[in-house]
Amino acid sequence: MIEFQGVTKLYDGAPAVRNLDLVAPTGKLTVLVGPSGCGKTTSLRMVNRLVTPSSGTITLDGEPTDRMNVAQLRRRIGYVIQHAGLFPHRTVAQNVATTARLAGIDRKTARRKSLDLLEQVGLSASLAERYPWQLSGGQQQRVGVARALASDPKFMLMDEPFSAVDPIVRGQLQDEFLRLQREIGKTIIMVTHDIDEALKLGDQVAVMREGGELAQVATPRELLVRPADGFVADFVGRDRGYRHLGFAPIDNGLKLASEPVVQLGASPAEAAEAAIDGWVLVCDAAHRPLGWTDIARLRGPVREDDLNLSSTLAPMDGSMRELLDAALSSPSGRGVVTNTDGTLRGTIALGDLGGILAPLHRTGAERHS
Amino acid sequence: MNFDWLWRESDMIFDLFVRHLWLSAVPVAIGLALALPLGWLVHRSGVWRGPLLNLVGLLFTIPSLALFVLLPWFLGTQILDPINVVVALTIYVLALLVRTVSDGLGSVPRETLQAANAMGYRPLSRLLTVELPLAIPVIAGGLRVALVSNISIVSVAALVGTRQLGSLFTQGLQLQFLTPIIAGIVLSVALAAALDALVLFLSRKLTPWERRPA
Amino acid sequence: MILFEWLLDPANWSGPYGAPTLIWQHVVYTLAALLLASAIAVPIGLYVGHTRRGEFVIAGAANVLRALPSLGLIVLLVILFAPVFASDLAFIVPSLVVLILLAVPPIMTGTYSGVANANRAAVDAARGMGFTPLQVLLRVEIPCALPLIFSGLRGATLQVISTATIAAYVSLGGLGRLIIDGRAQNDYSQMAAGAILVALLALVVDLLIEFVAFATVSRGLTRRGTNRFSTVRRLLKPNRS
Repeated sequence: MIEFQGVTKLYDGAPAVRNLDLVAPTGKLTVLVGPSGCGKTTSLRMVNRLVTPSSGTITLDGEPTDRMNVAQLRRRIGYVIQHAGLFPHRTVAQNVATTARLAGIDRKTARRKSLDLLEQVGLSASLAERYPWQLSGGQQQRVGVARALASDPKFMLMDEPFSAVDPIVRGQLQDEFLRLQREIGKTIIMVTHDIDEALKLGDQVAVMREGGELAQVATPRELLVRPADGFVADFVGRDRGYRHLGFAPIDNGLKLASEPVVQLGASPAEAAEAAIDGWVLVCDAAHRPLGWTDIARLRGPVREDDLNLSSTLAPMDGSMRELLDAALSSPSGRGVVTNTDGTLRGTIALGDLGGILAPLHRTGAERHS
Repeated sequence: MNFDWLWRESDMIFDLFVRHLWLSAVPVAIGLALALPLGWLVHRSGVWRGPLLNLVGLLFTIPSLALFVLLPWFLGTQILDPINVVVALTIYVLALLVRTVSDGLGSVPRETLQAANAMGYRPLSRLLTVELPLAIPVIAGGLRVALVSNISIVSVAALVGTRQLGSLFTQGLQLQFLTPIIAGIVLSVALAAALDALVLFLSRKLTPWERRPA
Repeated sequence: MILFEWLLDPANWSGPYGAPTLIWQHVVYTLAALLLASAIAVPIGLYVGHTRRGEFVIAGAANVLRALPSLGLIVLLVILFAPVFASDLAFIVPSLVVLILLAVPPIMTGTYSGVANANRAAVDAARGMGFTPLQVLLRVEIPCALPLIFSGLRGATLQVISTATIAAYVSLGGLGRLIIDGRAQNDYSQMAAGAILVALLALVVDLLIEFVAFATVSRGLTRRGTNRFSTVRRLLKPNRS
C-alpha cells in the first residue's frame, strides 16, 4: 500500500499538488489521470522522492518515506518512464540486470533473471545483446518494464509508460501489461493523460484537475456512471454511457436464440432454407462463425467472397459493450455470441437487447442517487 | 605600459594591424568559397561522408608552424612570402568548414526538403534558395570559430618572418619590453571580437526567421 | 632532396640534439600539459555538466581563450616569470602554463557538453531506480559523455603539440627547436625535418586517441554494429563484461 496523507508541493509558492490524500491499495493498479499541469507526474515523483513534498507524508506499507535512505527507498520501487530511459551504452540484457545488480544480486544470477524477464515481457532472447538504439520504441518500452521488475520490487511507479509509441503498439503493450500484472500483482501507481488508458488499465482511477487537486477517486466503472462533477464528466468524455457497458460482464443466464448455420460450399438452396430474414450465418467445420451471407446475392455455392465480414463477435466472457457492438455491427441485426473457445453459442436480436440493458441502466441510476 | 612608445610607433602598429586583418580574413573568404561546393559534395557522398570528413580533418592536425615551414617547398615560394601564411590558413579554414557546411546541409529537416521537391524545385534552386539559407546558422557558427582561431594562429607566422601583430611579440622578447607584447595581445583579441561580432550580426540579419533567446 | 636531407643524416639521430631526444621532449611536454589540464578541466566539466551551474562561464572561457594569441601569451609570461625563476624554469614554467591554458577549454567543454547531453531519460531512470548521485555520474553520465570527452581531448592534444612547437622560440626543447634553430642558421633542411616530425607526431597521437576512444566507447553509443574490435575491448577492460 502506498498512501498520500495531506501531501502538498509548492513551486515558488504556487501549488503543483494540493493537499493530496490517496491510497494505492496493495496489489492493485492505481492510475493518476488528468490534463497536463494537473500535478500527476509531480505526485508520482514524490513517492520515490525525485521530488520532495513541501508538506504531508507519503508511506509505503505504513512506513513514512521521508525517514528512509533515499537510494534504498528508490531500490524498493520499480520505476518505468515515458521514453524508457534505457542506458544507451549498455546492452539490453545489461539494462534489465541493472536493478537486480543494485539489489546486490550477483552478475550471473542477474543475467539469468534478465533473460527470463525479457521472455516474460514478450521479447526474444536474441535481443539480449543488442543496444537500445537497435530496438523499436515498443521494444524499448518492454525492456524498461523488464528492468523495473528485475529487482522484484513490491511497488512500481509508471510515468506515461505507453505514451511514446503508436496506438496499435500501445494497445498491445497495455494488453500484455494487464496480463502480466494479473500474474505479478504489484502495487502500482501509473500516470497517464489518456483517459481511455486509465479506464482500461486501472483498478482504481484518480482524476486530478489543474492546480493539483484530486477531483475523484473511483473504479473505472463508477467514474463512467457517476462522475463527481462537471470537470470529471467532461474529462471522462463523450459516450461514457456506452463505454461504461465495457465494465458490465455478459450475464451467464443470457437468453440466446439458436441460429441455423451453413458451411462454405453450401448450395443456394441450403442457404435459403437456413436463412432468417434473408441472412444466413456461415461457420467453419469447427462451428466457429466466419461471417454473414445475403442469400439474395448468392449465385452458386457459398464462397468466401460471399461473406459479409462487418460484424464483430461477442465472447461470452466479454462485456455488454461487446455484446451491443456485435448486434449493432451485424448486417442481419442479430449479434453473434461465441463461447470462450470461439465456437458459436447463439445470437441475440438488436430489439431484444433493450430489455437486457435497461436493468443495467437502472442499477447505475440507483447508485447515483 | 609605455604609452610614449605606442604613440611613437603607432604607424608601424597600424600597419601590422592591417596586415594581420588581411592575413586572417582573406583565408576565411577563400576557404568559405571553396568549402561551400566541397561541403555540398561531401554531404551528397553517402557512405563516403565519414571517411572523407576524417581525411579532411587530418589536415587540421598539422601544427601551424610546421605548415608555414613546409608550404614553401610545396608551393615553390620563398619562406618569407605571405602567400604561405594565406595558403596555410586557408587549409585550416577548409578543414573546419567542409565539415561545418556538410553538417549544416544535413541539419535541414527532411520534411522541408520533401516539401520543396513536391513543389517542383529543381536541385540547384532548392540548394540555393532552401538548403543553404537554412544551413546558415550552422555554417556561421563554424565561420566564427575559424575566424577567431585564424587571428590567433596568424601571429605564429612572425616566427618565420611574416610581419603582422605577432611581430610585436618577437620584438618584445628581443627588447625584453612588455608594451609591444601587451599591445599585440589586446589588438589581436579586439580584432577577434570585432570580426566575431560581425559574422554573428550578418548571420542574424540573414536568418530573421530563427528563434533566439530574448 | 632538401626536404629529407637532415632526416636522412644518421648523425642527427643520436645525442642531446638528435631526433629521438627532441621527440621524447615534445611528448613529455605534451603529456604533462594534458595531464595537468585534465586534472583541472575534467572535474569542472563534470561539475557543471552534472549540476548545470555556471554553464556560461565555460562557454565564455572557451571563447576568450580561443581568441588569445598563444605566441603573445608565451612571450608575455616568459618576460614576467624570468625574474622569478632561476635557470630553465624561466621558460619551462611559462610555456607549460600556456599549454595548460590552451588545453583546458576543449577538455572542459567536451566533458561538460558530454555530461549535459547524456540522455535525460536515462539519467532520470537511473535516479529513480536508486543510483546514488556518484553512481549516476560514474555509471551513466561519464560513459555517455566519453565520445565528447575524447573529442575534447583530441582538440586539446593538437593544440598542445602545435603550441609546444612554438614555445621553442622561448628556448623550450622539443621538435620546435629544429624549426627555430634551422631558421636562425638558414638551414631549410633542418626546419623541414622539424616540421615533418612534428606533423607526424601530431598525426600519430591523434590516431592513437581515436583508437583508444574506439576501443573504450560503448558500441551502444557509437552505433557501430560490428564486433571486430571486441578482443581489443576485452584486453583494455579485463574485468568488465
